Amino acid sequence: MWVGGGNAADPMKKKLVVIGNGMAPGRALEKLFELAPDAYEVTIFNAEPRVNYDRIMLSPLLTGEKTFEQIVIHGDGWYVKHGVTLYKGATVTAIDREAKTVTSARGVTVPYDKLMIATGSLPIIIPVPGHKLAGVLTYRDLDDVQAMLIAAKSRGSAVVIGGGLLGLEAAVGLKEQGMDVTVLHLAPTLMERQLDTPAGHLLQKAIEARGIRVITTANTKAILGEKKVEAVVLEDGTRLPADLVVMAVGIKPNAGLAKEAGIDVGRGIKVDATMRTSDPDIYAVGECAEVGAQVFGLVAPLYEMASVIAAQLAGDENATFTPSAVATKLKVTGIQLFSAGDFADGKDREEIVLRDAARGVYKRLVLKDNRVIGAVMYGDVSDGAWFFDLLKKSADISEMRETLIFGPAFAGGSPLDPMAAVAALPDEAEICGCNGVCKGKITGAIGTLGLKTLDDVRSHTKASASCGSCTGLVEQLMKVTLGDAYNPAAVQPMCPCTHLGHDDVRRLIVAKALKSIPILMQALEWKTSCGCAKCRPALNYYLLSTWPGEYVDDSQSRFINERVHANIQKDGTYSVVPRMWGGMTSAKELRAIADVVEKFNIPAVKCTGGQRVDMLGVKKEDLPAVWADLNAAGMVSGAAYAKGLRTVKTCVGTDWCRFGTQDSTGLGIKIEKFMWGSWTPAKVKMAVSGCPRNCSEATCKDVGVICVDSGYDIHFAGAAGLDIKGTELLGHVETESEAIEAIVALTQLYREQGRYLERIYKWAKRVGLDTIRKQIMAEPDRRKALYDRFVFSQKFAQIDPWAERATGGKAAHEFAPMADLTIKEAAE
Amino acid sequence: MTATQAKWVDVGALDSVPVRGARVVKAASGCIAIFRTASEEAFAIEDRCPHKNGPLSQGIVHGTSVTCPLHNWVIDLETGKAQGADEGQAHTIPLKIEGGRIFLDLNRLSIEQAA
Ligand code: SRM
Ligand SMILES: Cc1cc2nc3c(=O)[nH]c(=O)nc-3n(C[C@H](O)[C@H](O)[C@H](O)COP(=O)(O)OP(=O)(O)OC[C@H]3O[C@@H](n4cnc5c(N)ncnc54)[C@H](O)[C@@H]3O)c2cc1C
Ligand code: SF4
Ligand code: FES
Repeated sequence: MWVGGGNAADPMKKKLVVIGNGMAPGRALEKLFELAPDAYEVTIFNAEPRVNYDRIMLSPLLTGEKTFEQIVIHGDGWYVKHGVTLYKGATVTAIDREAKTVTSARGVTVPYDKLMIATGSLPIIIPVPGHKLAGVLTYRDLDDVQAMLIAAKSRGSAVVIGGGLLGLEAAVGLKEQGMDVTVLHLAPTLMERQLDTPAGHLLQKAIEARGIRVITTANTKAILGEKKVEAVVLEDGTRLPADLVVMAVGIKPNAGLAKEAGIDVGRGIKVDATMRTSDPDIYAVGECAEVGAQVFGLVAPLYEMASVIAAQLAGDENATFTPSAVATKLKVTGIQLFSAGDFADGKDREEIVLRDAARGVYKRLVLKDNRVIGAVMYGDVSDGAWFFDLLKKSADISEMRETLIFGPAFAGGSPLDPMAAVAALPDEAEICGCNGVCKGKITGAIGTLGLKTLDDVRSHTKASASCGSCTGLVEQLMKVTLGDAYNPAAVQPMCPCTHLGHDDVRRLIVAKALKSIPILMQALEWKTSCGCAKCRPALNYYLLSTWPGEYVDDSQSRFINERVHANIQKDGTYSVVPRMWGGMTSAKELRAIADVVEKFNIPAVKCTGGQRVDMLGVKKEDLPAVWADLNAAGMVSGAAYAKGLRTVKTCVGTDWCRFGTQDSTGLGIKIEKFMWGSWTPAKVKMAVSGCPRNCSEATCKDVGVICVDSGYDIHFAGAAGLDIKGTELLGHVETESEAIEAIVALTQLYREQGRYLERIYKWAKRVGLDTIRKQIMAEPDRRKALYDRFVFSQKFAQIDPWAERATGGKAAHEFAPMADLTIKEAAE
Repeated sequence: MTATQAKWVDVGALDSVPVRGARVVKAASGCIAIFRTASEEAFAIEDRCPHKNGPLSQGIVHGTSVTCPLHNWVIDLETGKAQGADEGQAHTIPLKIEGGRIFLDLNRLSIEQAA
């Protein structure tokens, strides 16, 4: 099928043939007809059986917000008007560069003087089993959308593979059409090419809020079905029913035809800055073209290419294409998202982050040499264009740096001093949104009540007493009102990434139900995009202890010892310490240890100060095999590396000792078996001695028990490391089970209140020995509740990490090198 | 062999390195740590801290830095330089990513080794 131009062939005109009728050549021809209306006789071959339409608008077509007529760029009339011959549904199968002709699948051969290849891209299809089943689609053209709309009539389930721009737009469209949609994404966060991690997480929340399921780090293993798709299976075994599968995992330049014709092809068709290929009469434009090793997937640069090609064809030999930065927006109604430029962080770069948790806004600018080189914004993109302009112009922003992130509204006049801004606020200005506290109320209370600390202001005015996100503002206000009399350093921030102290963070995690590190960083307005080595392990612990069973541990936020469950040594090897419950061992255990030491050539074996055996100098790659052997003899990890329960030392007690008053060994073993695996703010060491002679040194431990005739004296808050300190008495109980309940409740209270890396003796000093004693010994309901919470959390904690890695295959990447080049190098 | 000519070798997929983490590549001249940051950049540095040879690959990765697991020096992944008051520099190795795979310049490894 074709629409023909009115003019009969004019021998004076040069012949321009175009292969592909997408957005890029469409724009090129528009420009060409403006510059040189009569220079060429144009013929277009288009594999798609239709005119040029706005491919970008396929998503609104899918949601039903637009019709096809509304997205057509050039109607049939346009081709007639410009004398263009358009072959629709005609795929070009060969270019003959000698004869200067192209030939279509149906055998039409047309000669050219100049040829423009604009074949666009092909969607990438992952060759998993089942990828050819009916019901597996890509997302590229009108036919795909029509097929999706038909499939959606079933109202069944759809699985979209790929959480990039296209995948998400497809997912939202299919959801809108009534399907039950799951998005699978290989990377840990959505749209990771365009967004940084915090923005990726916000996006995920917004997508999920629409009822779309999102599974990240999802590796598709196979697509199942008899005649048509029925399900998708992931590497981890998850099976998702599916009536429709959309693969939106990326595109690759469609350069096959050019390659067959002997034109230089890299990833795409190689062109120089004038858009000429290695054959001077042949140009390439659009997504199929590769310029200076770069290929493009957004229309802005393609349109620039189109202008260059048009100028070249019209005779302007100076027109050249230089790629510039591109900006991305997601076209999903209600989701505001913008990203441009390079937003990776780096040492020569600085970042400015603005988080407004209440409005769900995240903005990040990446600066280099006082110029904006990258911008990511989520929630409020109104300044996107302005930042993008600064970025493209590479404007020097040093003058307006202080207020840059607030956008053009603030940038106009003189730089704004935040203090001056607070001072300038009217008395009615609302400071604390949660509690509706205005500025006048706070300054008034400071004056009349003589308030001096943030806590005072909180308790008297309620400002910043709920979500805490206005804390910074309240503090500035105090500074303005009290001058140097106010010393905000009273609250020691966790680290330079935040102004909040440990206690504030712990409180807000509960108050705001924060359940992941990225969400926490957003809600609490972290000043860096991914924290530091100080705050990340602390946050990981706080989340883990607050939301047992719900929070997914972030191993990359753990110190190496806790990540690989062994202690790193000065030479990069590891030490391995299995549990010996209460310091008791057996021939079987000792034999297994001896065998392991010989089998793996372990250089040192030592009795530790904690009544067990340490094997030192194990190579990292041997760890899983060492553990497998120890596991086989019934031994589990001794957690000698953990901010968690370490050892429970015991003495021989009534079993053997002539002075023993109770079964100290048995009680120690019971405690260790009950409490192993738990994570705590810092390490916890315990001991049980059978009498006050105290051979297990219980009175310098975090928790110690001294058995006496009448029962058990429970001690706590001792230290024998950097500080030396005898324990304090917590209380006296008569039975073993009472002792265990009290010890467990005490540990749980510490788990809930302790600051990361704060040992029990420091925590007790901070909150008061008496408060702790009272809660554990005098309030049975509270004790029972604490006990129950500990027991619940143990459901998720008492899993031997060695077994998971030795035979369960967990974290396998830790123990094998990524590649071994020594062999390759030797061969060179 | 000229020093300027790069010889790229494929050492594995970017996805096989944990985000905010590292993996090790063994080479005759010593181990190389391959880092992957939260913003999906990759860096290659010799796996030896300029302080006391700590294995940098085992540290916590934040931004484009890693904190050494042995004594907490913070090393910049781009330059290999110690940050703050500490002084020292680990060798960096040219790296490129193509089609989701990581390539190292083998020639630069051998030169380092010869030096
Ligand atoms: C192996 C062992 C020494 C020995 O050969 O006996 C040992 C070895 C280490 N101790 Fe210890 N401590 C060992 C018993 C102790 C004891 C005695 C005890 O547990 O009864 C203490 C004093 C009691 C206490 O903790 O209060 C002790 C107080 C410390 C401290 C100081 C803690 C403090 O808060 O004051 C540190 C440093 C730290 O944790 O930050 C430490 C840190 C270390 C580290 C983990 C150093 C490090 O960070 O790499 C050593 C790891 C060696 C390894 O890879 O195994 N070790 N360390 C003992 C292992 C016990 C076990 O079986 O788990
Ligand atoms: C759903 C969707 C949403 C998008 N959203 C955005 C967005 O928001 N912003 C943005 O900037 N970009 C977006 N894009 C990308 C944008 O649409 C493309 O970059 C642009 O359309 C590419 O134009 P092109 O002319 O290079 O190729 P195409 O538009 O792909 O055109 C190539 C044409 O050539 C035809 N063809 C191929 N081989 C032959 C042959 N041998 N013979 C004849 N004809 C052939 C093909 O059938 C096709 O019609 C989106 C793309 C899709 C699919
Ligand atoms: S006392 Fe010091 S040197 Fe000895 S094991 Fe403990 S931390 Fe290491
Ligand atoms: S070896 Fe790295 S900090 Fe000491």
